[in-house]
Amino acid sequence: MIDIAWSSFTPWSALIGGVLVGLAAASFLLLNGRIAGISGILGGLLTPTVGDISWRIAFLAGLIGAPALWALVAQLPPIEINAGYPVLILAGLIVGVGTRYGSGCTSGHGVCGLSRLSPRSLVATLSFMFAGFATVFVIRHLLGV
Amino acid sequence: MKSAIAALFSGLLFGFGLLVSGMANPEKVLGFLDIAGLWDPSLAFVMGGAILVGLVAFAIARKRTLSFLGFSMKVPGQSHVDKRLIIGGLLFGVGWGIAGICPGPGLVGLGAGELKSAVFVASMIVGMGVFELIERSRAGANPTRSGSGWSATTQE
Repeated sequence: MIDIAWSSFTPWSALIGGVLVGLAAASFLLLNGRIAGISGILGGLLTPTVGDISWRIAFLAGLIGAPALWALVAQLPPIEINAGYPVLILAGLIVGVGTRYGSGCTSGHGVCGLSRLSPRSLVATLSFMFAGFATVFVIRHLLGV
Repeated sequence: MKSAIAALFSGLLFGFGLLVSGMANPEKVLGFLDIAGLWDPSLAFVMGGAILVGLVAFAIARKRTLSFLGFSMKVPGQSHVDKRLIIGGLLFGVGWGIAGICPGPGLVGLGAGELKSAVFVASMIVGMGVFELIERSRAGANPTRSGSGWSATTQE
């Protein structure tokens, strides 16, 4: 039986934020002709090719600049990270290798891939969702961290 | 220049979306992944909202060979499911579940000035670099296979 965390569940802001993410992916697709896959955009900078660098940096600058711009007009929403530094380093390394090996992350496979009804992305999304659920289950409920 | 301005705009919008949705907060993401605890379904609503818009965008894109700014459409062509896709996906999911951070929210946290996000992003870039090195040494060991056939443009 699943217990819903009603006090932290935010369906409306989640839906509105999701629509904004969708609009971002839509504008990147329809203006730049590209998939807004963040791991791919970042990872592509490690093997740069001519004419392929400025738009990558610009997209990432937007992503990183968004909270800075937000903070100028309103208070930023909470960003709570409870993991310690060694855990964050381990998580970052695994996410870096995994997203490149599997050619995408939550944005590229999850949002864009499912939007274009790609069977590859559906399999990838099911894979990382399953592993995410399993990992949290092991950490929180078996190891009790 | 045109492409950079459009990309900046899309990146900003993406970042605002993550902030509004609550997905920039790793604790909230972990609340979704913790299905055996008190479960916060918000992430599913974020995905739903994004895909609703995305479906329309990709339906429009499918009929075009050039973007509205005149760039060629670089949409991944391959549809085969292979071992790399699944192993990579599983690996990413483990890393995601460990700290509740995926690449987008990691970068947004970095922009918010969170030191922990910066450490995560730096480690993630190292991880991506390790992947490139492995790919390169594999390609070198097996010259008939030029790399893995996965160029940056085929990234989903």
